[in-house]
Amino acid sequence: MNWIYEPWPWYVSGFMIALVMFLLIMVGKNFGMSGNLRTICSICGGGKKVDFFRFNWKAQRWNLTVVLGAIIGGFIANQFLSVDPSIDLHTETVQNLQTLGFENAGATYMPEKLFSTTVFSDAKLLLLLVIGGFLVGFGARYAGGCTSGHAISGLSNLQLPSLIAVIGFFIGGLIMIHLIFPFLF
Amino acid sequence: MRTLIYLLIGIVFGITMFKSEAASWYRIYEMFRFDSFHMYGIIGTALFFGAITILIIKRFDITSFYGEKINFPPKQKSFARYAIGGILFGLGWALAGACPGPMFTLLGAGFSPIIVVIIASLLGTFVYGLLKDKLPH
Repeated sequence: MNWIYEPWPWYVSGFMIALVMFLLIMVGKNFGMSGNLRTICSICGGGKKVDFFRFNWKAQRWNLTVVLGAIIGGFIANQFLSVDPSIDLHTETVQNLQTLGFENAGATYMPEKLFSTTVFSDAKLLLLLVIGGFLVGFGARYAGGCTSGHAISGLSNLQLPSLIAVIGFFIGGLIMIHLIFPFLF
Repeated sequence: MRTLIYLLIGIVFGITMFKSEAASWYRIYEMFRFDSFHMYGIIGTALFFGAITILIIKRFDITSFYGEKINFPPKQKSFARYAIGGILFGLGWALAGACPGPMFTLLGAGFSPIIVVIIASLLGTFVYGLLKDKLPH
C-alpha cells in the first residue's frame, strides 16, 4: 500500500477519473464541475437580478455534494496520503520558472509566490488570482463546461462542440503562458 | 443514502485530483509548455476508458444502478460560444492553475489563497449570466 503515498502515475490517475465519470453516469448523473458555480450564484440570490440564475437549484444539490466530497478528498489526500508534497517537474520547466521569478519550482505542491498567505499582502499577485478565477468562471459558463464537462465527459461522448471547446482551452492556455506570462512575472 | 454515494464519489474525485498532481499549478504550467507527458497521459487515459464506457453503455442499452435509462444529451451546436468561451477559460486556467474541480480540492488541502480564485470564478459566472443575451452563442 506504499504506492498510495507516492504521487499517482498518470495511468492510475486517468483510470480513476474515468471511474468517477462512470459512477456518476451509473447513478443517473453526469460529470461536470463548473455547473456548481452557477448553482452557488443561484443560492446566493443571483436569480433576483438575472434570469440565468433563476432555476431550481435544489435539483443540483447532488453535484454540490460531489463538490463537498472533492473538498474533503483534498483534505484527506494532503493530510493522510502524502509524505512528500514536491512535484517532479521537468528540469526545463523548473529553469523556465526560475527566470520568471518562481524559486525552487516543484519543491512544494503549489508555488509559494501565488499560493502561500504572503500573496494577501501583494496587490498585484492577488489581482492575478482574481483575473484568473474570473476568466475560469466566465469562460466555463460561456463554453458550457470546463475540463470535466468538455475535455472528459464531452470528448468521451465524441461531441464536436467539446472538441472545439478543448482546442479553445489550449489556445487560451498557450497564449497565457507563452505570450502574456513574460509581462506578468 | 444517495447523498452519501455522491459524497463518496466526490471524495474519490478529490483524492484523485490531489494525488494525480492535476490540482498543482505547476503541472498545468508544465502541460502548456509541452515539457511533460504527465497531464496528457492522465487526460488520454481518462478519455480511453471514458469513451469505451460510454460506447458500451450505449451499445448494450445499459441502465443505471437504479434501473433508469441513461441519456447522453448532445451538446448544443455552435462554434462561437465554444471557441470564445474556451479560449477565455484557457487563459484563466493557465493563470490560476486550477479549474472548477481542483480549486475545491485545493481548498480542502488548505491553500487559503485559492478562496480568492473561487470567489472570482463565482463573480465571472455571475457576469456571464448578466451579459449572456448580449454575447454571440
